[in-house]
Amino acid sequence: MILSTDQSAKPAFQWEKLGKVFDPRTVKDRPWLQEFAQAPATLVFDDFVRVYFSCRPPADAAGQYVSYSAFVDLDRANLMHILRVAENPILTLGDLGTFDEFGTYPVSAIRHDGKVRVYYAGWTRCVSVPFNVAIGCAESIDDGQSFQRLGPGPVIPYSLDEPFVMSGPKIRRFNGLFYLFYIAGTVWKVVDGRPEPVYRIRMATSSDGLNWRKLGRNLIDTVVEEHEAQASPDVFFADGRYHMFFCYRYSEGYRSHARGYRIGYAHSSDLAIWTRDDARAGITVSPEGWDSEMVSYPHVFAVDGTVYMAYLGNAVGREGFGLARLTTPMVWGA
Amino acid sequence: MIKTRLGKVFDPTDHRLPQECKDFAQSPQTLEFDDFTRVYFCTRSVDPGGGTFRSHVAFADMRKDFSSVLRVSTSPVLPLGELGTFDEHGIFPINVLRHKGQVWGYTCGWSRRKSVSVDTAIGLVISDDNGDTFRRLGPGPILGPSLHEPFLVGDAFVVKADGVFDMWYMFGQRWVRETASAAPDRVYKIGHATSVDGILWVKDEGIQILPDRLGPNECQALPSVIQFAGKYHMVFCYRDVHGFRTDPTKGYRIGYAYSTDLAIWVRDDAMLGLSGQVGAWDSDMQCYPHLTVSGGVPYILYNGNAFGRHGFGAVELMLE
Repeated sequence: MILSTDQSAKPAFQWEKLGKVFDPRTVKDRPWLQEFAQAPATLVFDDFVRVYFSCRPPADAAGQYVSYSAFVDLDRANLMHILRVAENPILTLGDLGTFDEFGTYPVSAIRHDGKVRVYYAGWTRCVSVPFNVAIGCAESIDDGQSFQRLGPGPVIPYSLDEPFVMSGPKIRRFNGLFYLFYIAGTVWKVVDGRPEPVYRIRMATSSDGLNWRKLGRNLIDTVVEEHEAQASPDVFFADGRYHMFFCYRYSEGYRSHARGYRIGYAHSSDLAIWTRDDARAGITVSPEGWDSEMVSYPHVFAVDGTVYMAYLGNAVGREGFGLARLTTPMVWGA
Repeated sequence: MIKTRLGKVFDPTDHRLPQECKDFAQSPQTLEFDDFTRVYFCTRSVDPGGGTFRSHVAFADMRKDFSSVLRVSTSPVLPLGELGTFDEHGIFPINVLRHKGQVWGYTCGWSRRKSVSVDTAIGLVISDDNGDTFRRLGPGPILGPSLHEPFLVGDAFVVKADGVFDMWYMFGQRWVRETASAAPDRVYKIGHATSVDGILWVKDEGIQILPDRLGPNECQALPSVIQFAGKYHMVFCYRDVHGFRTDPTKGYRIGYAYSTDLAIWVRDDAMLGLSGQVGAWDSDMQCYPHLTVSGGVPYILYNGNAFGRHGFGAVELMLE
């Protein structure tokens, strides 16, 4: 293992914000796509970049949401140009009593065996706490436009030391192995009588993508408080090192500017031991505009020699997602 | 096969139970000591408001022939889980065995759901005081839902032999409604998993090991297995999917299967012939059986009417 001794000397990444790319409120003819375009995740095609995201129809009479996942295809020559929006959700909701009966959010896509496979978080509704979440798997035989689940149950359920809220999957393949980065709940903290979940970043590995071995510990230390919540562990390999962008927030009052989501950064040489160095993340809230309150759910991807970050702004993506472009040279510091 | 009917051997209202539990002594499961046999069971507290219950683990120490009760647990054996965990709303049942000088308990934890009533998963708890109290190995379950067993994993029964652990357990297949406006009823079957350490388990994954007698929606639960007289014997309970709470013709019955290799099971409920007796405590329902050897003698402990609200009984077996 190569230990970094000069991390403080590494300059921050420099991102040029390109603005908001997709606003779900501009889509008028899809009742299931009314608000939110959360947790962007890309799949690169020859002529376009498909961005999967999660969205919601209006809340029901009781104020309860379900969530679906869908995609927009961005022009590969100009990622700010939307070519098309998915006609339908990519995945139906689960059957009565299953883990994903009330939501499929978020998704992460990967090509495998000539198909596109997604790992997604499925949502069910509980009585003492509002929800529980587990991670499922589905495959597409039409190049990622629609998906069929591989079974009615999850592939990453809650377990001995990951007792609830298994969410935010990010699927990667490194060195012939599948890696799944995800979050696992640690405690439901009651704030003003309302249970709020606290979650930390975890990892599992698999040779087939179905049978997983959990690493069994938190990857990223906390910074803002003991009950800091962390999400969107997005791992990118460059210059011989693994880089993780993620987001984090306070456990209470996080729907505000001061305590809402920010984007953090960590690096690793072996995917297991991570060094957190948020000062290098290089992206934060804007003075005004769609991302002035919070920035969250980063996803870093490379197209045609340029590195981009898709991310969410205010209200965790209620008004859509945007893009930023890395302007520093692609020297990530091995 | 049934040698002697002992009738009801434990009535919870005869005793003072911890956690303000009064009724219910469900799913009796044994742990044998030198001088007595401890019978763990699950009893219930009533939530504020009175509409819902929580199941708690308790035990009774009994003479090995189950002829009398020596003592009952007077303090909580195992607290329920924290907010949002799988066993927050009840633990029922618990299966215990001795391992590494400790007593290990495989629990079935209950948590309430919105669209359906409940989900369950299997937890592991350990006792360092000979089974008087247990602590969790962690806040989550050791065996829960998976790709082809989407919910209602529970009712573990674990046997340790030759360095391998075998587990028989229940897994859910689907929720179905009798009518469009009826509450959903669950369908579950008995499956099998193995482990080398009793903690990390590999399921056969979605494989139902016993044939259905009442059609594809038959519900099968509470397997227990012993090796006796050169064969493996399993008892379990089964019922119709709908109407089982109120219609005695659709309620739980006790089934039986045998195997010579633990792989292929032959179901033969009639061979056991454990039916209820008219006018008796088990006239309408027989459920949550536990096949066990106490003092060298095989018994089935089981619950009768009303899912064990009024206690459990026993039959002594002649197994061959």
